[in-house]
Amino acid sequence: MSGAAPKEALNVPGSVRELFFAFNRLALQGFGGVLPVAQRELVERLRWLDKEQFVEMLAISQVLPGPNIVNLALMFGDRFFGIRGAMAALAGMLLAPLVIVLALTALYAQFAQLPMVSGALRGMGAVAAGLVISTALKLLGSLRRNAMGLPISLAFAAFTFAATAWLRLPLVWVIVGLGSAAMAVAWARLRE
Amino acid sequence: MTTGLSPADLFGLFTHFLVLSLLAVGGAITTVPDMHRYIVAEHHWISDAQFSSSIAIAQAAPGPNVLFVAVLGWNVAGPIGAFATMAGILLPSTVLSLWATRWGAQRRETRGVRAFTTGLTPLTLGLLLATGWVLAEPYLLDASHRWGALGLIATTVFVMLRTKLSPMWLVALGAVAGLLGWV
Repeated sequence: MSGAAPKEALNVPGSVRELFFAFNRLALQGFGGVLPVAQRELVERLRWLDKEQFVEMLAISQVLPGPNIVNLALMFGDRFFGIRGAMAALAGMLLAPLVIVLALTALYAQFAQLPMVSGALRGMGAVAAGLVISTALKLLGSLRRNAMGLPISLAFAAFTFAATAWLRLPLVWVIVGLGSAAMAVAWARLRE
Repeated sequence: MTTGLSPADLFGLFTHFLVLSLLAVGGAITTVPDMHRYIVAEHHWISDAQFSSSIAIAQAAPGPNVLFVAVLGWNVAGPIGAFATMAGILLPSTVLSLWATRWGAQRRETRGVRAFTTGLTPLTLGLLLATGWVLAEPYLLDASHRWGALGLIATTVFVMLRTKLSPMWLVALGAVAGLLGWV
């Protein structure tokens, strides 16, 4: 960590309960993804993390298997209150939205026949696809800083895309096959 | 939705999601192509359109994207299906995350940990692109919706890359465009 400027003091969550409600609050604001809201709440509003700490946690939670933002909540809760904190953050983030989304699902089953409802869902589905594609495109730029170099990194990304989207290979094979090859290349490149 | 799944099928669904949890490097959304392969292509438990709309519903509701997993489970087998898929996707990664965070905190700079991170980043991005493709495909293959959907996808990508507008507005735009029958 390179703390150049003196950092302003950060706040600390006071209790497990406070943690639960903070994650509940940020999850309920997250339409189409919680990550941007998490950054705004944890870093800017509550000031429980500074920007560098947030980015570092995000990187680790992206590398670990499992839903990113869920991993981030677990990691954050664990840092302050151990397992109890991790569970509080997780429950805060998932419980209320889970009830809402399942209620919507049940409602949708009743109204799926209405052309306006299925049309609206189709429109949102196309946007959802666009959101995922644009996130991927945005992040491709980060491969420039990958130790394997841009061409090799892009090749691994392209092979992965072809294997899953086109050949429809089971993900296990892709991760085990391409993943271990990529890690071997990275291991060799990191020698210098 | 009828719960026509046998206990053996439910257990298979649960264990499949247990495995996916550990493979979900870069987020649950990156395992969408494999979920599609298992639930739709292999077992025919739900249709292509149901699969896409499950993800759209989760996207339209507030909360983490991983909730689409619960919606998928619900559409396959009702409440017990939602429980099977959510428990499956959360259990292994939660245990592993908590353990790995503590373990890795001291070893962040070691070559092994860095090789792991560096090697898997490009795969994560390839999987994310594949997910976008799998989500878009049913709309693009359907001749009556192709151009409207393509327009919406292109608009979304353009706006996301060029502006700081919240995705919420794009989701709303998609809903209105669909409601009016443009898509």
